[in-house]
Amino acid sequence: MKAAQIREHSSPLDASQAAQLESLVESLSPMQATWISGYLAGLNAALAEPGAVADAAPAAAAGSSQTLTILYGSQTGNAEGVAGSLRDAAQAGGITARLADMADYKPKDLKQESNLVVVVSTHGEGEPPDDAEDFYEFLHGKKAPKLDGVRFSVLALGDSSYEHFCETGRVIDERLAELGGTRVIDRVDCDVDYDDAAEAWTADVLAKFAAPEPAGDAHPTVTSLPTAARTPQAPTRKNPHGAAILANTVLNGRGSDKEVRHIELDTEDSGLIWTPGDSLGVVPSNPPAAVDALLAALQLDGDARVTGVDGEVSLAHALRHQYEITTLTRPFVTQYAQLAESGDLQNLLGDDQRDAFADYVYGRDLTDLVREYPVPGLSASDFVRLLRKLPPRLYSIASSHAANPDELHLTVAAVRYHSHGRDRLGVASTHLADRVGEDDTVPVYIDANKSFKLPADNDTPLIMIGPGTGVAPFRAFLQEREEQGAGGDNWLFFGAPHFRTDFYYQTDWLRWRRDGLLSRLDVAFSRDQADKVYVQHRLREQARDVYGWLENGANVYVCGDADRMARDVHDALGDIIAEQGGMSADAAADYLKRLQKEKRYQRDVY
Amino acid sequence: MPEIQPDFNDVEHIKSRSNYLRGTIAESLADRATGAVADDDTQLTKFHGFYQQDDRDLRAERKQQKLEPHYQFMVRLRLPGGVLTASQWLALDEIARTYANGTLRVTTRQTFQYHGVFKEHLKPLLQAVDAAGLDAKGGCGDVNRNVVANTNPHRSRLHAEVHDWTHRVSEHLLWRSKAYEELWLDGESGGEPDHEPLYGSQYLPRKFKIAIAIPPENDSDVYANDLGFIAIADGDELLGFNVSVGGGMGATYGDPATYPRLGSVIGFCTPDQVLAVSEHVIGIQRDYGDRVNRKRARFKYTLDDNGLDWFRDELNNRLGFSLEAPREAIFTGNGDRFGWTQGDDGRWHLTLLIENGRIADFEHQQLMTGLRELAGVHRGEFRLTCNQNLIVANVEEADRPAVQTLVDQYNLDGGGSQTALRQAAMACVAFPTCGLAMAESERYLPGFIGKLDAVMADAGLDDKAIVIRMTGCPNGCARPYLGEIAFTGKAPGKYNLYLGASFTGDRLNKLYRENIGEDEIMAELVPMIHRYAAEREPGEHFGDFVVRVGIIHPTLEGRFFHEDVGDAA
Ligand code: SRM
Ligand SMILES: Cc1cc2nc3c(=O)[nH]c(=O)nc-3n(C[C@H](O)[C@H](O)[C@H](O)COP(=O)(O)OP(=O)(O)OC[C@H]3O[C@@H](n4cnc5c(N)ncnc54)[C@H](O)[C@@H]3O)c2cc1C
Ligand SMILES: Cc1cc2nc3c(=O)[nH]c(=O)nc-3n(C[C@H](O)[C@H](O)[C@H](O)COP(=O)(O)O)c2cc1C
Ligand code: SF4
Repeated sequence: MKAAQIREHSSPLDASQAAQLESLVESLSPMQATWISGYLAGLNAALAEPGAVADAAPAAAAGSSQTLTILYGSQTGNAEGVAGSLRDAAQAGGITARLADMADYKPKDLKQESNLVVVVSTHGEGEPPDDAEDFYEFLHGKKAPKLDGVRFSVLALGDSSYEHFCETGRVIDERLAELGGTRVIDRVDCDVDYDDAAEAWTADVLAKFAAPEPAGDAHPTVTSLPTAARTPQAPTRKNPHGAAILANTVLNGRGSDKEVRHIELDTEDSGLIWTPGDSLGVVPSNPPAAVDALLAALQLDGDARVTGVDGEVSLAHALRHQYEITTLTRPFVTQYAQLAESGDLQNLLGDDQRDAFADYVYGRDLTDLVREYPVPGLSASDFVRLLRKLPPRLYSIASSHAANPDELHLTVAAVRYHSHGRDRLGVASTHLADRVGEDDTVPVYIDANKSFKLPADNDTPLIMIGPGTGVAPFRAFLQEREEQGAGGDNWLFFGAPHFRTDFYYQTDWLRWRRDGLLSRLDVAFSRDQADKVYVQHRLREQARDVYGWLENGANVYVCGDADRMARDVHDALGDIIAEQGGMSADAAADYLKRLQKEKRYQRDVY
Repeated sequence: MPEIQPDFNDVEHIKSRSNYLRGTIAESLADRATGAVADDDTQLTKFHGFYQQDDRDLRAERKQQKLEPHYQFMVRLRLPGGVLTASQWLALDEIARTYANGTLRVTTRQTFQYHGVFKEHLKPLLQAVDAAGLDAKGGCGDVNRNVVANTNPHRSRLHAEVHDWTHRVSEHLLWRSKAYEELWLDGESGGEPDHEPLYGSQYLPRKFKIAIAIPPENDSDVYANDLGFIAIADGDELLGFNVSVGGGMGATYGDPATYPRLGSVIGFCTPDQVLAVSEHVIGIQRDYGDRVNRKRARFKYTLDDNGLDWFRDELNNRLGFSLEAPREAIFTGNGDRFGWTQGDDGRWHLTLLIENGRIADFEHQQLMTGLRELAGVHRGEFRLTCNQNLIVANVEEADRPAVQTLVDQYNLDGGGSQTALRQAAMACVAFPTCGLAMAESERYLPGFIGKLDAVMADAGLDDKAIVIRMTGCPNGCARPYLGEIAFTGKAPGKYNLYLGASFTGDRLNKLYRENIGEDEIMAELVPMIHRYAAEREPGEHFGDFVVRVGIIHPTLEGRFFHEDVGDAA
């Protein structure tokens, strides 16, 4: 170790002290030097305590009341081992310590920590261990909290034969400081023979983190403003909130023919407040390609001025943001048929032609109609007058406000299909999927749903049936129940085409099942075997238990496809009740009605 | 019989409470919400022949997708001596296409692995394997593993006799619990309580491996095994075996207490003593192996920690007789002989290079289809080699043309494009299935060999074989520490480079450079290969050359593997 000439520095040491120190420093390995610097710092902190003696550690430990959180990220178990020993040593020393794997740690808890130590290794080429990835990304992401008041230290494990030695530890250490944390002990980088360095650091941690807060800034009193004062007006359909997208990822694995996305919106300071079961209203814009195609079919100039929803705008703007152009409605076709003076169209609108009309509009949009039945000389204004406002779309909220007020999650199936010779896009789903850039926002509001709510009693058991995107609200339900520490049993039925690619939020459900929050998890993957198996089949297989749960006061929730699933599930429930309860079909129907009345059977289907 | 102690490692506790390898495997199979089995069960399924893995190419992506890893299983069959009939080949081929990823993988221990088997296919797969007269018992796990042996059947009578012993040793050391039949073959549960006469309820502290060699060929790398039998014959008459103990390859980076070790020859036994010797060597390891620290639980450490003398005494005691002094045995190489060879009974054997053991249909070589066709007409048997290759064995003179026609049609022998270097090279599986891989191996080595081929040609060494071995981590599955040149993965694209093992598998190599990429590797090897071309002595092998001219220190014993590493100059 090279001693930076101490005598040349304006040090308070006399010449002989300086010489002694210099010669000591020369003889030190980096690890020893680190240890000594920690030792002196600790000594210094102890001396600063009024009335403290040099040997302050035990006294300090006894006086400490704050938990030491030991967070580790480990691939092959070394960091985990060091962290575990630190926990044991801390407890032996009377310090309350909590050991947490980065994989299981809720990163938003960070800001509540007061004493945080991190033990983390580096893998790949300077990358974090797999299980630490999320935490690592979180620290660097938009959601990373301010860490003022958090005292921390980092122990980095690595292997100096790698180019990026102890990179993960280094970066985390820097980042914690950047976020406002107070580095109590300088980071220690350990090579493959880490034991001694880790032990020295452990001793240092025990000494430093045991010391109570200096009296000066103990318990600063901060009165927070009442929430209402800070909260802006709750956004509405008319006055939506522009939310930024924090995450937008496809939930389907490779090879799936589905595209369901997990979308996270930033709701910090948005005034958006919801409870599980509510939906989010999304005010979308039309796909530019659809607008272009329509303008071309109309042979109109997009710059033409028209009276839009609230004042004059260009035709292109109106078609893009204000009016529906992808769905052929009966009123529109009726008015258009008059302008087009088309007998065929008039016929199609006849009362006896309902099926033919439905067939015609399915998979067609305004462009198809205009191409097929052009109206020569139709003006931009006249056309716009025929249009209806672009309606918002609803999406079940897939996260709990109580668990995470700053984010709102959605589970969105992107609608893309090909019909009548063109590729077509669902308006809102692809708006969310494709067309909200990094710096853009999407206008949203809460669409509360009083009839899809968790029971007031946290002990009530829940049966949740949510195949496909229908599972979204149940993620919010379970987050909420986890947050509340609700004791009731929870049973989820999920279904999708393929287990390996379409099991939405699989890792969440499995985690909750492991933690005991989700008591039962039954899944039906329709296309993984010769016979199609759906949620209703799983319900029937479990008839005895389903009925048992109902008799035990369970609430039943169904969410998702309205056309077939909700009906099939309803029928299955009726049959189960009749069979297991030994009653007639009518009595079973009454049973279900009673459940509905008592709000124990709730559905949110679309 | 050892019984569970509180300080034993986790795996020991799992075995102890598993009710003779059942654990909760049945419940795990029934759980539809995950493609994995319960954590504890992942240790137990190994005894049944399969490992839980996941497709590592998809790991990061699926995490983002909030999907669990792409769990799948690798199933390893038990195939003593690597021999199977043509109809078994057809059955195994069909299983691969029905229940696995459509490939067969010949391993460095003479058997097949299936990759990409989903949980729901495990039972039908194992039933189909059973129907083919085979099993996967002890394919993996803390028991005796597949017993390997010299493959070349040209010395027909001697070979047949040795193969018979290979079989008998394997059968003798099988685990006996009814769990396998119960879980996979719809066997009855209940009945007589299980017990394991040889292994006890704790089984072994770690895997155990046995090999048999017939000098002068050491293609089974006998010294890399916990227990080795080296056949001593007088002409075609088998006299007995030299007994080698304590070989093993695995090591852990940064932990010098772990190291590869070659077997020590401690004596000679007659054929009828082979089963007793096997059983008692295993018994000693069972009773004295380290059950606290799993990283040091292999037999080689038991031996080095207690000393060879102690071991010899203990063994002789248990045997009730003393091993005789070892006889002379000389090996000339550990590779395979490629192409057609004729046995002393007049029948023909065709050895085909299966690059890194992977049987699949490649663009220029339809191995999977071609070998299926071949199995359809072949009347002899197939033999797998410990160098991951294949012998179409016992072809009658009259059948040769038919076999050769298929070989040509599907380019099964590479059409003469295979260099001596490629024929002597071997890589372990590594990515994307191996959970322990740190760098590519099977998917990387073929291209890398192409680059070295050019260097060899340049140096005028076209037809010279150098044993090159690569693994994706330090565990040693392709026996890298016996490579004249070897690589073990450290990180994506980065390898440790080792030099100086012997050509015959009786001297370990030594670390030369640490954690380097392809450019640096080439910068080291190119001048070395040219120097070898210029300065070698007649018949001198590369591994011996680098030691003789002082490029690397020789490793004379496993314990000294970590000493004097790096450039010896
Ligand atoms: C397939 C095979 C390599 C190949 O390319 O052929 C292989 C593949 C694996 N080996 Fe091996 N080993 C294979 C021969 C070997 C050998 C060579 C030999 O036995 O001649 C060794 C070195 C000899 C020895 O045992 O010392 C070997 C030493 C290991 C080790 C290190 C053991 C140790 O003592 O440290 C591990 C890791 C472990 O057991 O913890 C391992 C573990 C593994 C696993 C199962 C990884 C794991 O534990 O998760 C690999 C599966 C990869 C995959 O995706 O298929 N494998 N493994 C070989 C199968 C042999 C067989 O049929 O039984
Ligand atoms: C209470 C509620 C909750 C909801 N929750 C969710 C949720 O959590 N997740 C979710 O993804 N959705 C949810 N929806 C549905 C969502 O609101 C939208 O309806 C859906 O996303 C489609 O909207 P879009 O604007 O993308 O498609 P649109 O532009 O509205 O297009 C959809 C229309 O395209 C046509 N079409 C679609 N496919 C084809 C085809 N193959 N061939 C021909 N025509 C076709 C159909 O006419 C269909 O109605 C919910 C709806 C409600 C009412
Ligand atoms: C595949 C692999 C890659 C590694 N890469 C690095 C690296 O880039 N930088 C480093 O400092 N250490 C690296 N290491 C070393 C580890 O950080 C070191 O072994 C550490 O002790 C592991 O701790 P853990 O068991 O808690 O994961 C790597 C280790 C492995 C296995
Ligand atoms: S050597 Fe390592 S990387 Fe290769 S197969 Fe064995 S365990 Fe996997």
